[in-house]
Amino acid sequence: MLRFLVGRLAVLIPTFIGVSIIAFSFIRLLPGDPVMLMSGERVMSQDRYEQISRELGYDRPLVVQYVDYLGGILSGDFGTSIVTKQPVLYQFGELFPATLELSLCAIIFAVLIGIPAGVFAAIKRGSFFDQTIMGTALVGYSMPIFWWGLLLIILFSGILQWTPVSGRISLLYYFPQTTGFMLIDSLLSGQAGAFRSAASHLILPTIVLGTIPLAVIARQTRSAMLEVLGEDYVRTARAKGMPPFRVIAVHSLRNAMIPVVTTIGLQVGVMLAGAILTETIFSWPGIGKWMVDSVFRRDYPVIQGGLLLIAAIIMLVNLMVDILYGLINPRIRH
Amino acid sequence: MKRFSFAAALLAATVLSGAASAKTLVYCSEGSPEGFDPALYTAGTTFDASSRPVYNRLVEFTPGTTQIEPGLAESWEVSDDGLEYTFKLRPGVKFQSTDFFSPSRDMNADDVIYSFERQLNADNPWNQYVAGAAWEYFNGMGMPDLIKSIEKVDDMTVKFTLNKPEAPFLANLGMDFASIMSKEYADKLEADGKMDQLNQMPLGTGPFEFVNYQQDAVIRYRANEDYWKGKEAIDDLVFAITTDAAVRLQKLQAGECHIFPYPNAADVESMKSNPDLTVMEQEGLNVAYLAYNTTQAPFDKTEVRKALNMAINKEAIVDAVFQGAATPAKNPIPPTMWSYNDAIQDDPYDPEAAKKMLEEAGVTDLKMKVWAMPVARPYMLNARRAAELIQSDLAAVGVEAEVVSYEWAEYLSRSKEKDRDGAVMLGWTGDNGDPDNFLHTLLGCDAVGGNNRAQWCNEEFDDLVNKAKTTTDKDERTKLYEQAQEVFKREAPWATIDHSLVVMPMRKEVQGYVMSPLGQHSFSGVDLAE
Repeated sequence: MLRFLVGRLAVLIPTFIGVSIIAFSFIRLLPGDPVMLMSGERVMSQDRYEQISRELGYDRPLVVQYVDYLGGILSGDFGTSIVTKQPVLYQFGELFPATLELSLCAIIFAVLIGIPAGVFAAIKRGSFFDQTIMGTALVGYSMPIFWWGLLLIILFSGILQWTPVSGRISLLYYFPQTTGFMLIDSLLSGQAGAFRSAASHLILPTIVLGTIPLAVIARQTRSAMLEVLGEDYVRTARAKGMPPFRVIAVHSLRNAMIPVVTTIGLQVGVMLAGAILTETIFSWPGIGKWMVDSVFRRDYPVIQGGLLLIAAIIMLVNLMVDILYGLINPRIRH
Repeated sequence: MKRFSFAAALLAATVLSGAASAKTLVYCSEGSPEGFDPALYTAGTTFDASSRPVYNRLVEFTPGTTQIEPGLAESWEVSDDGLEYTFKLRPGVKFQSTDFFSPSRDMNADDVIYSFERQLNADNPWNQYVAGAAWEYFNGMGMPDLIKSIEKVDDMTVKFTLNKPEAPFLANLGMDFASIMSKEYADKLEADGKMDQLNQMPLGTGPFEFVNYQQDAVIRYRANEDYWKGKEAIDDLVFAITTDAAVRLQKLQAGECHIFPYPNAADVESMKSNPDLTVMEQEGLNVAYLAYNTTQAPFDKTEVRKALNMAINKEAIVDAVFQGAATPAKNPIPPTMWSYNDAIQDDPYDPEAAKKMLEEAGVTDLKMKVWAMPVARPYMLNARRAAELIQSDLAAVGVEAEVVSYEWAEYLSRSKEKDRDGAVMLGWTGDNGDPDNFLHTLLGCDAVGGNNRAQWCNEEFDDLVNKAKTTTDKDERTKLYEQAQEVFKREAPWATIDHSLVVMPMRKEVQGYVMSPLGQHSFSGVDLAE
């Protein structure tokens, strides 16, 4: 196991360095002067330009700059926002709970619906249900998030008025954020209705963000189940007269879950990409919307630092999935 | 245990009834402010969130007009030579008392002087309190050259001395950059070493006081109890930042916000038929134009520019882009602006004549670039669509046009370059209701290489607008500006495209909202019906 872990880490480090080189070059490949871009100043005298250039270290060789940049990152310095003057890492910490809360809800939604749907489709293979579920999954998988989100808003918020349109909670509720998770904070606030408001605000973004993972999980579960159902031990169990539910729930599903767990883990990257669009449509104040707003504001340090942080999270999650997979399926370690 | 839950219920009921009795107006704004010190920035979004709710100026624009009225200055006198402006300040004006600062004195001359000195004087400690503060409006309007001195005559009297007479000066003082800050608050921040806070937690004399800002999500304000005009009818003002226009509409329909700006043109008709909504419309104080580069062949020839103007079908652009919510423009200033010269005859849309004129000018196989803005602006909702229409109009007279675009900031800076290639589409919304703010700012010789995207320097035109600038008699100025518009039409440095309608949808319960011709969104005087 230790060798397996070391091997994974050995891959992770060069990947992270690669990503950091891309993030580092990003500012230099953009049109415009990096000093102007990073300082956020539009008008400056030659003296001021040179001063800022020195402060930012742009007068030194590229390699030195890069090593310095990497050193900064390792000590937690991901730059400072031009707009708010706050450290990028601090802002990330402030906004990440919102994204995490939404992503967790979305993945729970996707798992709770996706796995039963996939199992059901596998059992009734070739039937009308199977075709409907798989057809819907295909549609869900190819649904453009922006369009899908607006469609749900128009239907459920606009016409039916069942759900709120956007934001995390009704603006009439106003309380300090202790954990950053609105579902928890609203309960702590003691204001009647706050939790309900927070929960109802979560419904549409959860569905929108969860749609693609749901479709992927349903398809993956179906194919894994089909494979397992064809195995000898399942046939044996059936032949012995075991109740069908037990055959499926205990013998088949547990084994079919191994590839599905990996799929769920890999969906985290997809979710973070989806969060950028979902959060923008629903004015959800998380890191996805933060990145988009920063692009519009040309807050380059945030774009640069934010990309790197998001990449780091995806890599960490993938590492955890690998470890988990190794634990479930010992064969993979060798 | 039972008693406890009863107490909790009672508490909850109190909280709820408290929330219900407070009147909260929610404005779904289109973007985040860049900061809260209006003098540092140029975007309307920033002004709506800073100078409008929190601050006042010496003079104010009467709501719904471009006329100025007394603000923090109760009255003023202008010397006969037009060089000295003496302002009598309004007594008893209180700065807001907030969670982060409690003022100990009323507004006085020191506050006024501080507010301008920080922009005027490079040695002022507040001149660079935000790195790279460029004071773009103050400098861009030539204030450093214009203002000779600002003196405190007594506690309640301030005298501005100018280097030369300048007719629009009073109107300029109603602009956002001239908002009056509290010197006492600034001094405290300086002493505490927290100067940055001035741009994050604003404090002024205005109708609403700042409560807090959650980046990119929500800004909260509370009505200023001690506002010198009296407390506002609403108790709380909330800006819910919602960047997507379709989502803003849905929020309005669901009652999650009461009012929002910049709807999609396609949604206007359905909003008008919704009984819960009121849709206010007003002719915007704006113009969209296509600026030729008049320094480059063949656009240095008047007849070529005239011919191209005649080739462009403006009606078709207005129909396609605005669905009628705009009017074709013939002058560089909008019809709602004083001195608009309605006697001017527009160049007719006549492709045949245009073709002939080009042939006579010896221009054949002309290839040119048409620049289209990458963003929607009030005066041009879809620049790419408009540019494509222009492209096909030009093709009809044998001119091959290529539509180009850049990222917005890049677009603005590249289009300023003197040797720039092609014709640039752009526009302008007036800042202060003065024709100088269009004619001199956009077409004067001083603005070549800057706001003058046509790079057009015409002596006759420039003399007229400069003379109008230093004349204080309004009739005289009107005549000069009317003549300037004649020169403009004759020389055709731009193809004028449109003046748009500005649309403001709101819920029926919103009362007393007044649209500003200057494009500002202000919630002073607004009430919510029960």
